[in-house]
Amino acid sequence: MERRAAAQEAYLDRLDRRDLPWLIDKLVQVLVFIGGISGILFVIGIFVFITREGIGFILTSFDVKEFFTSPFWRPTSRNPTYGALALMAGTASVTGLAMLVSVPFSLGAAIFIGEFATGKLRESLKVLVELLAAIPSVVWGFIGLSIMNPLIIRAFNVPVGLNVLNAGIILGLMAAPIMTTIAEDALKAVPDGYREAAEALGASRWQVIFKVVIPAAKNGLVAAVLLGVGRGFGETMAVLMASGHALNIPDSIFDSVRALTATIAAELGETAVGSDHYRALFTLGIFLFVITFIINLTADLVVRGIRNKR
Amino acid sequence: MFEASELNERNRRTESLVRLLFLTMTVLLIVPVVLILAVLVYKGGRVVSIPFLFTEPTNGMTAGGIFPALIGTVWLVSVALLVSVPIGVAAAVYLSEYAGDNWLTRLINLAIINLAGVPSIVHALFGVGAFVLFLGIGVSILAASLTLAIMTLPVVIVSTLEALRAVPQAFREACWNMGATRWQTIRRIVLPNAISGILTGIILEVSRTAGETAPIMFTGAAFFLPFLPQSVFDQTMAMSYHLFVISTQVPGVPEELPFGVALVLITMVLAMNALSIAFRMYLRGKKKW
Repeated sequence: MERRAAAQEAYLDRLDRRDLPWLIDKLVQVLVFIGGISGILFVIGIFVFITREGIGFILTSFDVKEFFTSPFWRPTSRNPTYGALALMAGTASVTGLAMLVSVPFSLGAAIFIGEFATGKLRESLKVLVELLAAIPSVVWGFIGLSIMNPLIIRAFNVPVGLNVLNAGIILGLMAAPIMTTIAEDALKAVPDGYREAAEALGASRWQVIFKVVIPAAKNGLVAAVLLGVGRGFGETMAVLMASGHALNIPDSIFDSVRALTATIAAELGETAVGSDHYRALFTLGIFLFVITFIINLTADLVVRGIRNKR
Repeated sequence: MFEASELNERNRRTESLVRLLFLTMTVLLIVPVVLILAVLVYKGGRVVSIPFLFTEPTNGMTAGGIFPALIGTVWLVSVALLVSVPIGVAAAVYLSEYAGDNWLTRLINLAIINLAGVPSIVHALFGVGAFVLFLGIGVSILAASLTLAIMTLPVVIVSTLEALRAVPQAFREACWNMGATRWQTIRRIVLPNAISGILTGIILEVSRTAGETAPIMFTGAAFFLPFLPQSVFDQTMAMSYHLFVISTQVPGVPEELPFGVALVLITMVLAMNALSIAFRMYLRGKKKW
């Protein structure tokens, strides 16, 4: 036994060539590893640097109760107050409406593309959806400003067309292609054997879809919606331009609102580095970071849930 | 025996109804956007011309062209690519060729998902905190491009990863059996076989980067700057920020002018995207294994 081990070692020794290619190989391995963990480093970096700028505010002037319960975001008044409730309401109302508009259509489109469409039609629809997802957010904002705004004023006879409705529709149109793509992937991940088994039992096509495919793809579909919510929540330019940017807790979809993201975008340029206002904006950034982190983590766990079960 | 029963008939009717319903939903999702784009093309088309592309804005940005913004976007995208492509490809090579199925890989994947999911304005805050202030680069093309590079890193990683994974494992094994090291295998076999897929991802990243606004607002984009940037430490105008500025911040801009800017921006972005998709389809058709 011992002799065999020794022989094996000698053999391995002969194989072992610590020459230049070996050295380069090791070096590359290290470099590639650094690249590999760069994603982790950047996420940590983002958290560290926005906290570094915002921490001064959190430790001194930050009032948790005010932040979450006061609707008054008045950073430039003589007695500045930093209540983010109206901003949260703005973000929530716009994102909520966007999801209400786009979730049914996105899932419907995903089911059509994944389960009904075939061949050329399917390919073209997928390409189209992918192209729609590529339209930049500032262009969406501009569409809200210059096309949706007059449309809403005329259609509903309201004085201002930059409101929850406008931003919600714009955001819905923006999030829909992403949700459609992810939901379609989830449907595609359901093994064909499931469909065949159900059809063999005499189920009709729509029974297969509703009783077999959708339940099997449930987690993926939930993840698609979650990622859509994350997208809407974090969208900046489109919401800034289409929502009216008025500090307001909305009563109706025709009220103008202001979103968390938009507030940072609109105010950061006017603040002095290191001032309370500047730091408060970074605090909003930390809040946004944490929320999106939770949304993404949940989506990831939900997707992982199905994978482990299979 | 094989005649359609009443149940079959009913099922068939229901099915075509359901099909129609989902088709309608798909159409309702796509048609409004196509109509909106048509309006953009119609209104913007009257503004866009060769002189519009190659002259600078005049009269307090209420007239003239977009040349400095166009060149600025080219600068921003190029510098961002120089940073993100090497890092992104390295990350993808690690994930595809080295990483095992362990907690670190899971953590990396989670980080990539998060990097893609963090709001763009938070990336902007990061850019201000890390590059403009901490590293002291100041408001410049470099700071803006670094911010953009980190934000779009997931695009490069995900598409490169897909390209690398499409290279059959047998290719690698054959190469290892010849006594090649891991790196020799990657360099001579894996990367050459995946290069077109990687390029597809890079084109996609160009399209993403060119359209971003929030990350460059406070890190490098200038409100109005009639000169072309001379180095990466200069500020610059950019197409996306220019569209924001003239449609919200400048009084007295003629209604059509921003439509022209939007049309040029969206043409750039969609053309790049379409190119990437076409390239991908061409590759899929050509695949030998």
